[in-house]
Amino acid sequence: MNHFPIEAFFAVLAGMALAPLNLGVINKVKAFFAGRKGPPLTQLYSDLAKLAGKGAVYSRTTTWIFRFGPAMSLATTVLALAMLPLGKTSALVAFPGDFVVVAYLLGLGRFFVILAALDTGSSFEGMGASREAKFSAIAEPALLLSLLAVLTVAPHEGLTPISAASSALFGAAWLAAVPVLCLVAVALFIVLLAENSRIPVDDPNTHLELTMIHEVMVLDHGGPDFALIQYGAALKLWVTSCVLVAVLIPWSFSLTGANALVGMIGISALAVAVGLVESSMARLRLTNVSQLLTAAIVLAGLAALLALSGALS
Amino acid sequence: MNVVAEFVLVVLVLTDLAVLATSRLTTCVRLVAVQGAVLGLLPLVLRWPTFDLPIGTLAVSALALKGIVFPWLLLRTMRLVEIRREAEPYIGYTLSMVVGVLLVAVSAYLSTQWLPVSAGNAERFFLVGALAMILTGMLVVVSRRKAISQVLGFLMLENGVYAFGVVFLRETSLLVELAILLDVFVAVLVMGVAVHRIQRGFEHIDVDQLSALKG
Repeated sequence: MNHFPIEAFFAVLAGMALAPLNLGVINKVKAFFAGRKGPPLTQLYSDLAKLAGKGAVYSRTTTWIFRFGPAMSLATTVLALAMLPLGKTSALVAFPGDFVVVAYLLGLGRFFVILAALDTGSSFEGMGASREAKFSAIAEPALLLSLLAVLTVAPHEGLTPISAASSALFGAAWLAAVPVLCLVAVALFIVLLAENSRIPVDDPNTHLELTMIHEVMVLDHGGPDFALIQYGAALKLWVTSCVLVAVLIPWSFSLTGANALVGMIGISALAVAVGLVESSMARLRLTNVSQLLTAAIVLAGLAALLALSGALS
Repeated sequence: MNVVAEFVLVVLVLTDLAVLATSRLTTCVRLVAVQGAVLGLLPLVLRWPTFDLPIGTLAVSALALKGIVFPWLLLRTMRLVEIRREAEPYIGYTLSMVVGVLLVAVSAYLSTQWLPVSAGNAERFFLVGALAMILTGMLVVVSRRKAISQVLGFLMLENGVYAFGVVFLRETSLLVELAILLDVFVAVLVMGVAVHRIQRGFEHIDVDQLSALKG
């Protein structure tokens, strides 16, 4: 490293600045299909500013874990963001095997949100925490198997960081890996919907007690804490989109900034896709969610099998 | 070539896994029809761009039988016996999907490590698909209760056998393949009638209740 990785640094900053906007894109798409005008694209920024200006109320039941949770979830997501490439840029932090760390950083953040929810002592929040833990436990193998498949088809030596693997995947190699990548894309998309509590796994707008998953866990957070949670959720959507976009984009440019730009376009396109899914589908019955997530595992497993048997022969 | 082979393999295996995961029998029949159509085109894809009459005959007859006639017969039987869904399979839908992937893994292992056949890279992929289809077909046969699902499982199994035969068509005779197609046609016809008779005789087609002999 003889020069400062300006593009990677810019990618992280862009992610932190634009993540709330990404959520605005989803809401705009949903509003368009519902025939409404919808909230402005920058709605979440205003929400965050409003929440940050408020004071927080803490129940006497809660301990330091309740205050620690939101900050921890945001911190782990920012760390994961720094380790992921934006499109085909190289990641700011990269080392062999970093994709496992990314997967478990997201897991750690979720763990603290769950702990904070349990810390309120509300049985209602406990229910949401239990659902979140269950579904994320099923989504995790799908994510790891997908990454395994991608790392196997990408030409690399030894344990390569996902950034290097994905930047090696373009042109002819990308074309040869299309079947695997299609499977991985579908699996990762389902994981993205599940991780970010989107329809058909969870409805971010619902406040109906029987069906909530993520929203129920953050009911007792208020003011700045809730701002951290909201911002962390937006950033998590950006981070999981980064994984999918890095896998899917087939071109790599030598021009500085072009890769990051293509990556951001890809992430917006993904937000539009999420909006389309949300406008056209209903939420799945809670018992069927685990079947959907198992389907994601199955697709990712098939992709990994295909990639591995291709690598062996 | 390899990409096309992988794509076909993925479509074939995915249709099988989708059948394992669905309870609506109409959807299952449609999925098997799609699989049959892809299999019908398989001999042409494998020998692209060369083309000769025997292969064409095989492709057209397989496409017609597996893609159109069998699904039509099955849908007709389902209309007659008024069955829409598989009620309670012995192995649940989610679990059988997972078992399905494990079977794909087993067939991948078998076809690369065990089978004493000399196959190229693309052909090896088809071998994996063929074995997986045979195994998942068997899984459907043993894990479902309705007689109509078992016919479906038999068809999936036969699709696997057909794929296996097509990949090694140079070594087996075309006549054998065509004869097998005819056999399966007769079998599906007879099973359709049999399912209908069972329905008329017992007012259900739940094979679970057909295991004990009355003496």
